[in-house]
Amino acid sequence: MKLARDTWLIFQRNMLLVVRTPIWVAVGLAQPIVYLTLFAPMLRKALIAAGGPTTYAHAYLVYVPGLLVAIACFGGLFAGFGLLAELRAGIVERTRVTPVSRTALLLGRALRDVATMVFQAIIITILAIPFGLTVPLGDVLLAYLLFALLTLMATAASYGISLHVRNEAALGPLINTIAQPVMLLAGVLLPLALAPLWLKRVADWNPFFWATDGMRALFAGHIGDPTVWQSLIIVAALTVLAVAWSAREFAHSLR
Amino acid sequence: MIKTGGLRKSFRTRKGRRTTTVEAVRGIDLAVGDGEIFGFLGPNGAGKTTTLRMLATLITPDGGDAQIAGADLRKEPGEVRRRIGYVAQGGGTWPDVSAHEELVLQARMYGIGKADAQRRATAAVTAFQLTDYADRKTKTYSGGQRRRLDIALGVVHDPRVLFLDEPTAGLDPQSRASVWDEVRRLRGLGMTVFITTHYLEEADALCDRIAIVDQGRIVAEGTPDELKREIAGDVVTVGLNGSTPQAAELLRSEPCVHKLELRDEGGLRLYVDVGATAIPRILRALNHSGVELDSIELHRPSLDDVFLTKTGRSLREQ
Repeated sequence: MKLARDTWLIFQRNMLLVVRTPIWVAVGLAQPIVYLTLFAPMLRKALIAAGGPTTYAHAYLVYVPGLLVAIACFGGLFAGFGLLAELRAGIVERTRVTPVSRTALLLGRALRDVATMVFQAIIITILAIPFGLTVPLGDVLLAYLLFALLTLMATAASYGISLHVRNEAALGPLINTIAQPVMLLAGVLLPLALAPLWLKRVADWNPFFWATDGMRALFAGHIGDPTVWQSLIIVAALTVLAVAWSAREFAHSLR
Repeated sequence: MIKTGGLRKSFRTRKGRRTTTVEAVRGIDLAVGDGEIFGFLGPNGAGKTTTLRMLATLITPDGGDAQIAGADLRKEPGEVRRRIGYVAQGGGTWPDVSAHEELVLQARMYGIGKADAQRRATAAVTAFQLTDYADRKTKTYSGGQRRRLDIALGVVHDPRVLFLDEPTAGLDPQSRASVWDEVRRLRGLGMTVFITTHYLEEADALCDRIAIVDQGRIVAEGTPDELKREIAGDVVTVGLNGSTPQAAELLRSEPCVHKLELRDEGGLRLYVDVGATAIPRILRALNHSGVELDSIELHRPSLDDVFLTKTGRSLREQ
């Protein structure tokens, strides 16, 4: 199938670039460690103050799934930055003159981001185990699927936005403006159970909120919890939309 | 090989609150024959690149149509893409990848199988004299090396038509000559090459046929020689050892001489159709009547003269 073949071509090239940039590999490994060691102790104190769970193991069960959603959102939404350099270098134009599938131009890149971020997610999970995190394998694999979909949704949206806003100076603030409230309303750092009612109603409209809930249920071993299938369906549907829109942007004639 | 009719494109730009429409291309009709090097000559902003990007399927024309290598630009852009190669002005290579890797990927993007792509990449590396740095990252390349790689990428799938946008802009004279050699070699292989340029010398030396564009329109078209002849033919200056009036009388009756002027510094200036055939006649006429000749010189009007008469401006001043 042409789409699969072309996607694989673009994916391979983009993975090659990742491997050739050692700084990226170092940052990719350092980031999760920093997140885990710096924030979890604070969260435990905060949860105690709120009358919630008190052990590190409990804190990690709340924090790790939230951290994964945050990485998918921020890492994904900022993925488009890399595209700006390729646009300026004429690489996107060069590939667009070939008969290569336009959807592959998006998917090859987005799946590179998904692959690297899933790699980070696995490192985070493994690093949290010595602190007492325990998750059944089946549940965590489903959590990774949810994470991968979430990442694909965010990166696809980011590439689409970057093709419109071709300017680093404008893109950074724009993405921050989107990502910050989305993250706060997803309850990634503090569960929204602590939030006032009106904030919860607003959060109902945030796909990342559903993803956080589903992710936490999976990490808690509640695979039958309705939030699991609900979050998977919501995120999958939005991922399809984001990919379709962004692929159209790649196909569209832009100046 | 390429035929366009009434190709048009305008862009909307915003300046503050006001939106203005810029007509970049206002109706381009052209026909490029099989195996030709066709030059699109004009100043910056004439609509050259916009036309090229339309023909390469990167932007959709507002109006008009085109047939490229037998495929219809509007109805089957995918087919056009398969049959053409396109090299943008700035190229488009990943800095951390080698020439060989780029060539393989490029061939693969055209649907060519792995083994064949490897073979083509190796052949292109040799043909474009990139052997010594084929495995080095492209960010280490000089301007000329990178340009040769850009062109190699444009033809790795053996297109029937190659579009080159300002292929020698910013290159040193030696690299420019080497790019010209590559283009001529490709024509030798039967490829049709469509290049845009704002260098008169390039259009003159390299192209079989030229269209001069200005403000989105073609103002003149033909071979470089035809275009220059259309202006005034050639100019022959004759230096004489005295007896200028006698020579003037003689040459005035010569049918190949359109117009004759006495030069302030002595001698004559003759306007002729084709200098190459007029000179022997002039020599013979003067010889017969025993007029002693000091020097004879042929001046050809440049493409800049053509541009000047068609647009009222000089291309060199742009």
